[in-house]
Amino acid sequence: MSDGPPPRFISSHAEGEFYWTAGADGRLRIQRCGDCRRWIHPPGPVCPYCHSRELAPEAVAGTGTIATFTINHKEWIPGFEPPYAFALVELDEDPTIRIGTNIVGCAVDAVRIGMRVEVEFEENGEFFVPLFHPIESG
Amino acid sequence: MNEPIERQAIISGAAQSQIGRRLYRSGLDLTIEASLRAIEDAGLTVDDIDGISTYPGSGGPFGGISGAELHDALRFSLNWRDGALETSGQLGAVHKAVLAVAAGLARHVLVFRTVVEGSGGPVRAGGGGGMGGGMPPTFQYLIPYGVTSAANWIACYAQRHMHEYGTTREQLGAIAINARTNAASNPQAIYTDPMTMDDYLGIRMISEPFGLYDCDVPCDGSTVVIVSHRDYAPDAPNGAVHVNAMGTALRGRPSWDQFDDLTTMAMRDSAASMWERTELKAADVDTAQLYDGFSWLAMAWIEALGFCGKGEGGPFVEGGARIAPDGELPLNTWGGQLSGGRLHGFGFLHEGVMQLRGTANVQIADCEVAAVGAGGGPESGCLLLTKEIR
Repeated sequence: MSDGPPPRFISSHAEGEFYWTAGADGRLRIQRCGDCRRWIHPPGPVCPYCHSRELAPEAVAGTGTIATFTINHKEWIPGFEPPYAFALVELDEDPTIRIGTNIVGCAVDAVRIGMRVEVEFEENGEFFVPLFHPIESG
Repeated sequence: MNEPIERQAIISGAAQSQIGRRLYRSGLDLTIEASLRAIEDAGLTVDDIDGISTYPGSGGPFGGISGAELHDALRFSLNWRDGALETSGQLGAVHKAVLAVAAGLARHVLVFRTVVEGSGGPVRAGGGGGMGGGMPPTFQYLIPYGVTSAANWIACYAQRHMHEYGTTREQLGAIAINARTNAASNPQAIYTDPMTMDDYLGIRMISEPFGLYDCDVPCDGSTVVIVSHRDYAPDAPNGAVHVNAMGTALRGRPSWDQFDDLTTMAMRDSAASMWERTELKAADVDTAQLYDGFSWLAMAWIEALGFCGKGEGGPFVEGGARIAPDGELPLNTWGGQLSGGRLHGFGFLHEGVMQLRGTANVQIADCEVAAVGAGGGPESGCLLLTKEIR
Protein backbone atom coordinates (compact mmCIF):
# COMPACT_ATOMS: atom_id res chain seq x y z
CA MET A 1 0.00 0.00 0.00
CA SER A 2 2.73 2.37 -1.00
CA ASP A 3 0.32 4.99 -2.30
CA GLY A 4 -1.14 5.77 1.10
CA PRO A 5 -4.04 4.26 2.95
CA PRO A 6 -6.49 2.07 1.05
CA PRO A 7 -9.93 3.32 0.03
CA ARG A 8 -11.99 2.42 3.07
CA PHE A 9 -15.44 3.36 1.79
CA ILE A 10 -16.58 4.75 5.09
CA SER A 11 -20.21 5.74 4.88
CA SER A 12 -21.33 6.15 8.42
CA HIS A 13 -24.90 6.46 9.59
CA ALA A 14 -25.96 9.27 11.89
CA GLU A 15 -25.29 7.50 15.18
CA GLY A 16 -21.98 6.10 14.03
CA GLU A 17 -20.21 9.20 12.81
CA PHE A 18 -18.15 9.49 16.00
CA TYR A 19 -16.66 6.02 15.57
CA TRP A 20 -14.65 7.07 12.56
CA THR A 21 -13.55 10.47 13.80
CA ALA A 22 -13.16 10.13 17.59
CA GLY A 23 -9.72 8.57 17.31
CA ALA A 24 -8.08 11.90 16.50
CA ASP A 25 -6.78 11.98 20.06
CA GLY A 26 -5.70 8.33 19.96
CA ARG A 27 -8.63 6.97 21.97
CA LEU A 28 -11.15 4.40 20.77
CA ARG A 29 -14.70 5.34 21.66
CA ILE A 30 -17.72 3.06 21.88
CA GLN A 31 -21.33 4.02 22.46
CA ARG A 32 -22.46 3.47 26.05
CA CYS A 33 -25.81 3.72 27.78
CA GLY A 34 -25.88 6.37 30.47
CA ASP A 35 -28.59 4.53 32.39
CA CYS A 36 -27.81 0.79 32.35
CA ARG A 37 -24.12 1.37 31.50
CA ARG A 38 -24.04 -1.34 28.83
CA TRP A 39 -21.79 -0.93 25.79
CA ILE A 40 -23.51 -0.86 22.39
CA HIS A 41 -22.09 -1.67 18.98
CA PRO A 42 -22.84 -0.82 16.26
CA PRO A 43 -24.14 2.40 17.79
CA GLY A 44 -27.83 3.16 17.50
CA PRO A 45 -30.46 5.68 18.55
CA VAL A 46 -31.68 3.76 21.59
CA CYS A 47 -30.19 1.33 24.10
CA PRO A 48 -31.25 -2.18 23.02
CA TYR A 49 -31.23 -3.33 26.67
CA CYS A 50 -33.16 -0.64 28.59
CA HIS A 51 -34.38 1.56 25.71
CA SER A 52 -32.80 4.61 27.23
CA ARG A 53 -31.80 7.41 24.91
CA GLU A 54 -29.06 8.60 27.25
CA LEU A 55 -26.35 7.37 24.91
CA ALA A 56 -22.91 8.81 24.36
CA PRO A 57 -19.52 7.73 23.07
CA GLU A 58 -17.12 6.81 25.84
CA ALA A 59 -13.40 6.07 25.65
CA VAL A 60 -12.32 2.46 26.18
CA ALA A 61 -8.86 1.12 26.92
CA GLY A 62 -8.48 0.07 23.31
CA THR A 63 -7.27 -3.40 24.19
CA GLY A 64 -8.86 -6.71 23.36
CA THR A 65 -8.50 -10.26 22.15
CA ILE A 66 -8.80 -11.69 18.65
CA ALA A 67 -11.97 -13.79 18.66
CA THR A 68 -11.49 -14.94 15.09
CA PHE A 69 -9.92 -13.81 11.86
CA THR A 70 -9.37 -14.54 8.20
CA ILE A 71 -6.39 -13.90 5.98
CA ASN A 72 -7.77 -12.47 2.80
CA HIS A 73 -5.93 -13.42 -0.38
CA LYS A 74 -8.12 -11.79 -3.00
CA GLU A 75 -8.23 -8.22 -4.22
CA TRP A 76 -11.88 -7.44 -3.61
CA ILE A 77 -11.21 -3.69 -3.61
CA PRO A 78 -8.39 -2.15 -5.65
CA GLY A 79 -6.02 -0.49 -3.21
CA PHE A 80 -6.32 -3.25 -0.62
CA GLU A 81 -3.29 -5.33 -1.42
CA PRO A 82 -3.61 -8.98 -0.33
CA PRO A 83 -2.79 -10.78 1.79
CA TYR A 84 -4.20 -8.89 4.73
CA ALA A 85 -5.72 -9.91 8.03
CA PHE A 86 -9.28 -9.13 9.00
CA ALA A 87 -10.27 -9.95 12.57
CA LEU A 88 -13.10 -9.66 15.01
CA VAL A 89 -11.67 -8.30 18.25
CA GLU A 90 -13.49 -8.70 21.56
CA LEU A 91 -13.02 -5.58 23.64
CA ASP A 92 -11.81 -5.98 27.22
CA GLU A 93 -14.67 -3.86 28.57
CA ASP A 94 -17.30 -6.26 27.18
CA PRO A 95 -16.46 -9.36 25.14
CA THR A 96 -19.88 -9.26 23.49
CA ILE A 97 -18.69 -6.13 21.70
CA ARG A 98 -16.74 -7.20 18.64
CA ILE A 99 -14.82 -4.78 16.51
CA GLY A 100 -14.17 -5.71 12.91
CA THR A 101 -10.69 -4.52 12.00
CA ASN A 102 -7.45 -5.17 10.16
CA ILE A 103 -4.56 -6.58 12.19
CA VAL A 104 -1.38 -4.64 11.47
CA GLY A 105 2.12 -4.61 12.87
CA CYS A 106 2.82 -8.30 12.41
CA ALA A 107 3.08 -10.87 9.64
CA VAL A 108 -0.32 -12.12 8.54
CA ASP A 109 0.64 -15.71 9.34
CA ALA A 110 1.39 -14.70 12.94
CA VAL A 111 -2.25 -13.76 13.62
CA ARG A 112 -3.93 -16.14 16.06
CA ILE A 113 -7.21 -16.52 17.89
CA GLY A 114 -6.62 -15.43 21.47
CA MET A 115 -3.91 -12.95 20.51
CA ARG A 116 -3.93 -9.80 22.62
CA VAL A 117 -4.21 -6.65 20.54
CA GLU A 118 -4.34 -2.91 20.98
CA VAL A 119 -5.86 -0.17 18.88
CA GLU A 120 -4.01 2.30 16.70
CA PHE A 121 -5.44 4.75 14.23
CA GLU A 122 -4.86 5.26 10.55
CA GLU A 123 -5.46 8.82 9.41
CA ASN A 124 -7.44 8.38 6.22
CA GLY A 125 -8.82 11.60 4.82
CA GLU A 126 -11.19 13.02 7.38
CA PHE A 127 -11.29 9.74 9.31
CA PHE A 128 -9.22 8.04 12.00
CA VAL A 129 -9.73 4.36 11.28
CA PRO A 130 -9.33 1.95 14.21
CA LEU A 131 -6.79 -0.79 13.44
CA PHE A 132 -5.25 -3.23 15.91
CA HIS A 133 -1.69 -4.47 16.41
CA PRO A 134 -0.43 -7.23 18.69
CA ILE A 135 0.48 -6.26 22.23
CA GLU A 136 4.13 -7.07 22.75
CA SER A 137 4.28 -9.99 25.12
CA GLY A 138 6.67 -10.17 28.07
CA MET B 1 -49.45 -30.78 18.74
CA ASN B 2 -52.07 -29.13 16.57
CA GLU B 3 -51.25 -29.71 12.95
CA PRO B 4 -48.86 -26.98 11.84
CA ILE B 5 -50.40 -24.78 9.19
CA GLU B 6 -47.66 -25.54 6.65
CA ARG B 7 -49.11 -29.04 6.19
CA GLN B 8 -51.88 -27.42 4.18
CA ALA B 9 -49.32 -26.88 1.42
CA ILE B 10 -47.63 -29.15 -1.08
CA ILE B 11 -45.08 -28.67 -3.81
CA SER B 12 -46.95 -29.73 -6.93
CA GLY B 13 -44.35 -28.78 -9.51
CA ALA B 14 -40.65 -28.07 -9.83
CA ALA B 15 -38.32 -27.26 -12.70
CA GLN B 16 -35.16 -25.49 -13.67
CA SER B 17 -34.05 -23.55 -16.69
CA GLN B 18 -30.85 -24.21 -18.55
CA ILE B 19 -27.99 -23.70 -16.07
CA GLY B 20 -24.51 -22.61 -17.06
CA ARG B 21 -21.59 -20.32 -16.46
CA ARG B 22 -21.96 -17.88 -19.33
CA LEU B 23 -25.29 -18.34 -20.99
CA TYR B 24 -25.71 -14.67 -21.91
CA ARG B 25 -29.45 -15.09 -21.66
CA SER B 26 -31.48 -12.62 -19.67
CA GLY B 27 -32.66 -13.50 -16.22
CA LEU B 28 -36.24 -13.03 -17.33
CA ASP B 29 -35.74 -15.42 -20.23
CA LEU B 30 -34.39 -18.08 -17.87
CA THR B 31 -37.19 -17.48 -15.41
CA ILE B 32 -39.84 -17.88 -18.08
CA GLU B 33 -38.26 -21.13 -19.24
CA ALA B 34 -38.25 -22.59 -15.72
CA SER B 35 -41.71 -21.23 -14.95
CA LEU B 36 -43.42 -22.76 -17.96
CA ARG B 37 -41.74 -26.10 -17.27
CA ALA B 38 -42.77 -26.02 -13.61
CA ILE B 39 -46.35 -25.05 -14.39
CA GLU B 40 -46.61 -27.93 -16.85
CA ASP B 41 -44.90 -30.24 -14.37
CA ALA B 42 -47.61 -29.38 -11.85
CA GLY B 43 -50.33 -30.18 -14.39
CA LEU B 44 -51.42 -26.55 -14.49
CA THR B 45 -51.66 -23.71 -16.96
CA VAL B 46 -50.60 -20.10 -16.67
CA ASP B 47 -54.21 -19.24 -15.90
CA ASP B 48 -54.15 -21.43 -12.79
CA ILE B 49 -51.27 -19.54 -11.18
CA ASP B 50 -52.72 -16.97 -8.80
CA GLY B 51 -49.69 -16.14 -6.71
CA ILE B 52 -46.03 -15.28 -7.17
CA SER B 53 -43.32 -15.31 -4.54
CA THR B 54 -39.65 -14.65 -5.14
CA TYR B 55 -36.41 -14.01 -3.34
CA PRO B 56 -35.28 -11.28 -3.18
CA GLY B 57 -37.31 -9.45 -5.80
CA SER B 58 -35.78 -6.60 -7.71
CA GLY B 59 -32.82 -4.55 -6.61
CA GLY B 60 -30.68 -5.05 -3.55
CA PRO B 61 -27.19 -6.44 -3.31
CA PHE B 62 -28.15 -9.89 -4.57
CA GLY B 63 -29.84 -8.83 -7.78
CA GLY B 64 -32.82 -10.68 -9.00
CA ILE B 65 -35.66 -10.81 -11.42
CA SER B 66 -38.71 -9.15 -9.93
CA GLY B 67 -42.03 -10.89 -9.69
CA ALA B 68 -43.52 -7.98 -11.60
CA GLU B 69 -41.34 -8.70 -14.62
CA LEU B 70 -42.47 -12.30 -14.72
CA HIS B 71 -46.06 -11.31 -13.99
CA ASP B 72 -46.10 -8.99 -16.96
CA ALA B 73 -44.24 -11.37 -19.24
CA LEU B 74 -46.69 -14.23 -18.72
CA ARG B 75 -49.72 -12.06 -17.86
CA PHE B 76 -50.76 -13.87 -14.75
CA SER B 77 -53.90 -12.87 -12.92
CA LEU B 78 -52.73 -12.83 -9.33
CA ASN B 79 -54.52 -12.88 -6.02
CA TRP B 80 -51.29 -12.58 -4.03
CA ARG B 81 -47.69 -11.55 -4.63
CA ASP B 82 -44.53 -11.16 -2.58
CA GLY B 83 -40.82 -10.69 -2.97
CA ALA B 84 -38.28 -9.23 -0.60
CA LEU B 85 -34.90 -9.70 0.98
CA GLU B 86 -35.81 -9.41 4.65
CA THR B 87 -37.16 -12.88 5.25
CA SER B 88 -36.12 -16.31 6.48
CA GLY B 89 -33.26 -16.62 4.02
CA GLN B 90 -33.73 -17.56 0.41
CA LEU B 91 -36.37 -20.13 1.33
CA GLY B 92 -38.39 -17.33 2.90
CA ALA B 93 -40.04 -17.00 -0.50
CA VAL B 94 -41.28 -20.58 -0.10
CA HIS B 95 -42.28 -20.06 3.52
CA LYS B 96 -44.42 -17.11 2.52
CA ALA B 97 -45.99 -18.96 -0.38
CA VAL B 98 -46.89 -21.80 1.98
CA LEU B 99 -48.53 -19.34 4.35
CA ALA B 100 -50.44 -17.66 1.55
CA VAL B 101 -51.80 -21.00 0.33
CA ALA B 102 -52.67 -22.13 3.86
CA ALA B 103 -54.43 -18.82 4.49
CA GLY B 104 -56.45 -19.11 1.30
CA LEU B 105 -54.94 -16.02 -0.30
CA ALA B 106 -53.82 -18.09 -3.26
CA ARG B 107 -54.17 -21.65 -4.51
CA HIS B 108 -51.14 -22.13 -6.75
CA VAL B 109 -48.13 -19.94 -6.04
CA LEU B 110 -45.19 -19.84 -8.41
CA VAL B 111 -41.99 -19.43 -6.36
CA PHE B 112 -38.72 -18.63 -8.06
CA ARG B 113 -35.10 -17.63 -7.62
CA THR B 114 -33.10 -16.64 -10.67
CA VAL B 115 -29.38 -15.86 -10.75
CA VAL B 116 -27.36 -14.39 -13.58
CA GLU B 117 -23.98 -14.31 -11.90
CA GLY B 118 -22.10 -16.44 -14.41
CA SER B 119 -22.55 -13.84 -17.12
CA GLY B 120 -21.51 -11.01 -14.86
CA GLY B 121 -23.68 -10.24 -11.90
CA PRO B 122 -24.02 -7.14 -9.79
CA VAL B 123 -20.77 -5.39 -8.99
CA ARG B 124 -19.99 -6.19 -5.38
CA ALA B 125 -16.82 -4.26 -4.71
CA GLY B 126 -14.56 -1.57 -6.01
CA GLY B 127 -17.42 0.33 -7.51
CA GLY B 128 -16.67 3.66 -5.90
CA GLY B 129 -17.63 5.82 -3.01
CA GLY B 130 -21.14 4.58 -2.55
CA MET B 131 -20.16 1.34 -0.87
CA GLY B 132 -22.09 0.82 2.30
CA GLY B 133 -24.35 3.77 1.80
CA GLY B 134 -27.53 1.78 1.57
CA MET B 135 -26.44 -1.11 3.73
CA PRO B 136 -27.38 -1.94 7.29
CA PRO B 137 -25.02 -0.50 9.89
CA THR B 138 -23.34 -3.84 10.44
CA PHE B 139 -21.78 -3.71 6.97
CA GLN B 140 -20.54 -0.19 7.53
CA TYR B 141 -18.15 -1.55 10.15
CA LEU B 142 -16.88 -4.37 7.92
CA ILE B 143 -16.48 -2.98 4.43
CA PRO B 144 -13.95 -0.28 5.44
CA TYR B 145 -11.58 -3.13 6.30
CA GLY B 146 -11.51 -4.54 2.81
CA VAL B 147 -13.85 -7.44 3.42
CA THR B 148 -16.77 -7.11 1.07
CA SER B 149 -17.57 -10.77 0.48
CA ALA B 150 -19.45 -13.34 2.50
CA ALA B 151 -16.31 -15.43 1.90
CA ASN B 152 -14.49 -13.21 4.39
CA TRP B 153 -17.24 -13.06 6.96
CA ILE B 154 -18.01 -16.78 6.90
CA ALA B 155 -14.30 -17.65 6.89
CA CYS B 156 -14.14 -16.01 10.32
CA TYR B 157 -16.75 -18.45 11.61
CA ALA B 158 -15.02 -21.44 10.02
CA GLN B 159 -11.74 -20.34 11.61
CA ARG B 160 -13.35 -20.15 15.04
CA HIS B 161 -14.99 -23.56 14.51
CA MET B 162 -11.56 -25.01 13.72
CA HIS B 163 -10.08 -23.34 16.78
CA GLU B 164 -12.74 -24.58 19.21
CA TYR B 165 -13.38 -28.05 17.82
CA GLY B 166 -10.27 -29.02 15.90
CA THR B 167 -12.09 -29.02 12.58
CA THR B 168 -9.62 -29.48 9.71
CA ARG B 169 -9.29 -28.39 6.12
CA GLU B 170 -9.49 -32.04 5.11
CA GLN B 171 -12.89 -32.30 6.79
CA LEU B 172 -14.14 -29.27 4.86
CA GLY B 173 -12.64 -30.89 1.80
CA ALA B 174 -14.81 -33.97 2.31
CA ILE B 175 -17.86 -31.76 1.73
CA ALA B 176 -16.39 -30.26 -1.44
CA ILE B 177 -15.30 -33.63 -2.82
CA ASN B 178 -18.69 -35.22 -2.08
CA ALA B 179 -20.35 -32.38 -3.98
CA ARG B 180 -18.02 -32.81 -6.94
CA THR B 181 -18.53 -36.56 -7.06
CA ASN B 182 -22.30 -36.15 -7.06
CA ALA B 183 -22.17 -33.39 -9.67
CA ALA B 184 -20.69 -35.83 -12.16
CA SER B 185 -24.16 -37.39 -12.55
CA ASN B 186 -25.95 -34.06 -12.93
CA PRO B 187 -26.05 -32.97 -16.59
CA GLN B 188 -26.72 -29.37 -15.50
CA ALA B 189 -23.77 -29.17 -13.07
CA ILE B 190 -21.01 -26.64 -13.67
CA TYR B 191 -17.99 -28.60 -12.39
CA THR B 192 -17.96 -32.34 -13.02
CA ASP B 193 -14.27 -33.28 -13.26
CA PRO B 194 -13.18 -35.56 -10.41
CA MET B 195 -11.56 -33.81 -7.46
CA THR B 196 -9.00 -35.38 -5.15
CA MET B 197 -8.03 -34.22 -1.69
CA ASP B 198 -4.72 -33.07 -3.14
CA ASP B 199 -6.62 -30.97 -5.68
CA TYR B 200 -8.69 -29.49 -2.90
CA LEU B 201 -5.75 -28.73 -0.60
CA GLY B 202 -3.58 -27.45 -3.43
CA ILE B 203 -5.90 -24.86 -4.91
CA ARG B 204 -5.24 -21.18 -4.21
CA MET B 205 -6.53 -19.59 -1.04
CA ILE B 206 -9.34 -17.05 -1.13
CA SER B 207 -9.95 -16.12 2.48
CA GLU B 208 -8.31 -18.48 4.98
CA PRO B 209 -9.35 -21.09 5.83
CA PHE B 210 -11.28 -21.07 2.55
CA GLY B 211 -9.61 -21.92 -0.71
CA LEU B 212 -11.28 -21.66 -4.10
CA TYR B 213 -12.95 -25.06 -3.77
CA ASP B 214 -14.59 -24.03 -0.51
CA CYS B 215 -16.48 -21.34 -2.42
CA ASP B 216 -19.49 -21.98 -4.62
CA VAL B 217 -19.41 -21.39 -8.34
CA PRO B 218 -21.35 -18.49 -9.86
CA CYS B 219 -23.73 -19.44 -12.63
CA ASP B 220 -26.83 -18.45 -14.53
CA GLY B 221 -30.06 -20.30 -13.94
CA SER B 222 -33.60 -20.19 -12.64
CA THR B 223 -35.35 -22.59 -10.30
CA VAL B 224 -39.14 -22.64 -9.89
CA VAL B 225 -41.44 -24.57 -7.60
CA ILE B 226 -45.21 -24.44 -7.52
CA VAL B 227 -46.67 -24.35 -4.02
CA SER B 228 -50.29 -25.54 -4.06
CA HIS B 229 -52.99 -26.32 -1.55
CA ARG B 230 -52.86 -29.88 -0.22
CA ASP B 231 -56.23 -30.75 -1.73
CA TYR B 232 -54.61 -30.51 -5.17
CA ALA B 233 -52.28 -33.41 -4.31
CA PRO B 234 -54.32 -36.17 -6.03
CA ASP B 235 -54.34 -34.14 -9.25
CA ALA B 236 -50.64 -33.35 -9.42
CA PRO B 237 -49.48 -35.52 -12.32
CA ASN B 238 -45.92 -35.95 -11.06
CA GLY B 239 -46.84 -36.38 -7.44
CA ALA B 240 -47.05 -34.03 -4.53
CA VAL B 241 -44.28 -33.35 -2.06
CA HIS B 242 -45.62 -32.46 1.36
CA VAL B 243 -44.41 -29.66 3.58
CA ASN B 244 -44.14 -31.21 7.02
CA ALA B 245 -42.49 -28.33 8.84
CA MET B 246 -40.66 -25.13 8.16
CA GLY B 247 -38.04 -23.31 10.16
CA THR B 248 -38.00 -19.54 10.12
CA ALA B 249 -36.59 -18.36 13.46
CA LEU B 250 -33.82 -15.86 14.08
CA ARG B 251 -33.26 -15.59 17.80
CA GLY B 252 -29.74 -14.18 17.77
CA ARG B 253 -28.72 -10.74 16.54
CA PRO B 254 -29.35 -10.19 12.83
CA SER B 255 -25.70 -9.53 12.20
CA TRP B 256 -22.73 -11.03 10.38
CA ASP B 257 -20.24 -9.90 13.01
CA GLN B 258 -22.16 -9.62 16.30
CA PHE B 259 -23.98 -12.99 16.37
CA ASP B 260 -23.61 -14.48 19.84
CA ASP B 261 -21.88 -17.72 18.82
CA LEU B 262 -18.99 -17.60 16.34
CA THR B 263 -19.24 -21.33 15.65
CA THR B 264 -22.77 -21.33 14.27
CA MET B 265 -25.06 -18.94 12.48
CA ALA B 266 -28.77 -18.36 12.13
CA MET B 267 -29.31 -21.95 10.97
CA ARG B 268 -29.10 -22.81 14.66
CA ASP B 269 -32.36 -20.93 15.19
CA SER B 270 -34.23 -21.83 12.03
CA ALA B 271 -33.37 -25.51 12.48
CA ALA B 272 -34.54 -25.45 16.10
CA SER B 273 -37.82 -23.82 15.15
CA MET B 274 -38.42 -26.43 12.44
CA TRP B 275 -38.00 -29.36 14.84
CA GLU B 276 -40.38 -27.64 17.27
CA ARG B 277 -43.11 -28.00 14.64
CA THR B 278 -42.90 -31.71 13.88
CA GLU B 279 -42.85 -35.13 15.49
CA LEU B 280 -40.19 -36.22 13.04
CA LYS B 281 -36.59 -36.37 14.20
CA ALA B 282 -33.22 -35.91 12.59
CA ALA B 283 -32.92 -39.71 12.46
CA ASP B 284 -35.96 -39.85 10.17
CA VAL B 285 -34.27 -37.79 7.46
CA ASP B 286 -33.24 -39.77 4.37
CA THR B 287 -31.36 -37.00 2.60
CA ALA B 288 -30.15 -33.53 3.47
CA GLN B 289 -29.82 -30.79 0.90
CA LEU B 290 -27.90 -28.13 2.78
CA TYR B 291 -26.56 -24.79 1.66
CA ASP B 292 -22.90 -24.92 0.77
CA GLY B 293 -22.28 -21.43 -0.49
CA PHE B 294 -19.10 -22.15 1.44
CA SER B 295 -18.12 -25.68 2.45
CA TRP B 296 -18.27 -24.90 6.15
CA LEU B 297 -21.89 -23.75 5.90
CA ALA B 298 -23.02 -27.28 5.08
CA MET B 299 -21.20 -28.48 8.21
CA ALA B 300 -22.88 -25.78 10.27
CA TRP B 301 -26.24 -26.93 8.90
CA ILE B 302 -25.46 -30.58 9.72
CA GLU B 303 -24.79 -29.57 13.32
CA ALA B 304 -27.72 -27.18 13.56
CA LEU B 305 -30.16 -29.81 12.33
CA GLY B 306 -28.84 -32.30 14.89
CA PHE B 307 -27.40 -34.89 12.54
CA CYS B 308 -24.45 -34.82 14.92
CA GLY B 309 -23.57 -32.94 18.07
CA LYS B 310 -22.40 -29.36 18.15
CA GLY B 311 -18.80 -29.17 17.09
CA GLU B 312 -18.84 -32.73 15.78
CA GLY B 313 -19.45 -31.81 12.15
CA GLY B 314 -15.82 -32.35 11.22
CA PRO B 315 -15.57 -35.97 12.35
CA PHE B 316 -19.09 -36.56 10.95
CA VAL B 317 -18.12 -35.67 7.39
CA GLU B 318 -14.51 -36.87 7.56
CA GLY B 319 -13.65 -39.26 4.77
CA GLY B 320 -17.01 -38.59 3.11
CA ALA B 321 -18.58 -42.03 3.59
CA ARG B 322 -21.35 -40.82 5.90
CA ILE B 323 -22.49 -38.07 3.49
CA ALA B 324 -22.13 -40.12 0.31
CA PRO B 325 -25.27 -41.30 -1.54
CA ASP B 326 -25.03 -44.71 0.16
CA GLY B 327 -24.15 -43.23 3.55
CA GLU B 328 -26.36 -42.52 6.53
CA LEU B 329 -26.94 -38.90 5.49
CA PRO B 330 -26.69 -38.45 1.71
CA LEU B 331 -25.75 -34.80 1.28
CA ASN B 332 -26.21 -32.50 -1.69
CA THR B 333 -26.75 -35.26 -4.18
CA TRP B 334 -27.00 -32.85 -7.12
CA GLY B 335 -23.52 -31.44 -6.53
CA GLY B 336 -24.47 -28.57 -4.28
CA GLN B 337 -23.52 -25.02 -5.05
CA LEU B 338 -19.83 -25.93 -4.80
CA SER B 339 -20.00 -27.92 -8.03
CA GLY B 340 -23.60 -27.87 -9.25
CA GLY B 341 -23.80 -24.09 -9.33
CA ARG B 342 -24.74 -21.18 -7.12
CA LEU B 343 -28.51 -21.25 -7.55
CA HIS B 344 -28.75 -19.39 -4.26
CA GLY B 345 -30.54 -21.95 -2.16
CA PHE B 346 -33.12 -23.13 -4.65
CA GLY B 347 -30.98 -25.89 -6.14
CA PHE B 348 -31.26 -27.70 -2.80
CA LEU B 349 -35.03 -27.33 -2.80
CA HIS B 350 -35.29 -28.66 -6.35
CA GLU B 351 -33.15 -31.66 -5.48
CA GLY B 352 -35.17 -32.37 -2.34
CA VAL B 353 -38.32 -32.52 -4.47
CA MET B 354 -36.66 -34.77 -7.06
CA GLN B 355 -35.41 -37.16 -4.34
CA LEU B 356 -38.88 -37.51 -2.84
CA ARG B 357 -40.38 -38.10 -6.27
CA GLY B 358 -37.74 -40.74 -6.96
CA THR B 359 -36.46 -38.96 -10.07
CA ALA B 360 -33.10 -37.57 -8.92
CA ASN B 361 -29.96 -38.19 -10.96
CA VAL B 362 -28.30 -39.73 -7.92
CA GLN B 363 -31.39 -41.30 -6.40
CA ILE B 364 -31.47 -42.31 -2.75
CA ALA B 365 -33.34 -45.58 -2.19
CA ASP B 366 -36.68 -45.33 -0.37
CA CYS B 367 -36.40 -41.59 0.13
CA GLU B 368 -39.31 -40.49 2.32
CA VAL B 369 -38.03 -37.44 4.21
CA ALA B 370 -35.77 -34.66 2.97
CA ALA B 371 -34.35 -31.76 4.95
CA VAL B 372 -33.61 -28.63 2.95
CA GLY B 373 -31.72 -25.72 4.47
CA ALA B 374 -30.61 -22.50 2.86
CA GLY B 375 -28.66 -19.48 3.96
CA GLY B 376 -25.74 -18.33 6.02
CA GLY B 377 -24.95 -15.51 8.38
CA PRO B 378 -28.17 -14.01 9.70
CA GLU B 379 -30.14 -15.24 6.66
CA SER B 380 -31.51 -18.71 7.22
CA GLY B 381 -34.50 -20.94 6.74
CA CYS B 382 -35.31 -24.60 6.28
CA LEU B 383 -37.98 -27.05 5.21
CA LEU B 384 -38.78 -30.63 6.11
CA LEU B 385 -40.34 -32.25 3.06
CA THR B 386 -42.00 -35.66 2.97
CA LYS B 387 -43.26 -38.03 0.32
CA GLU B 388 -46.48 -38.74 2.21
CA ILE B 389 -48.49 -36.76 4.73
CA ARG B 390 -46.63 -37.36 7.99
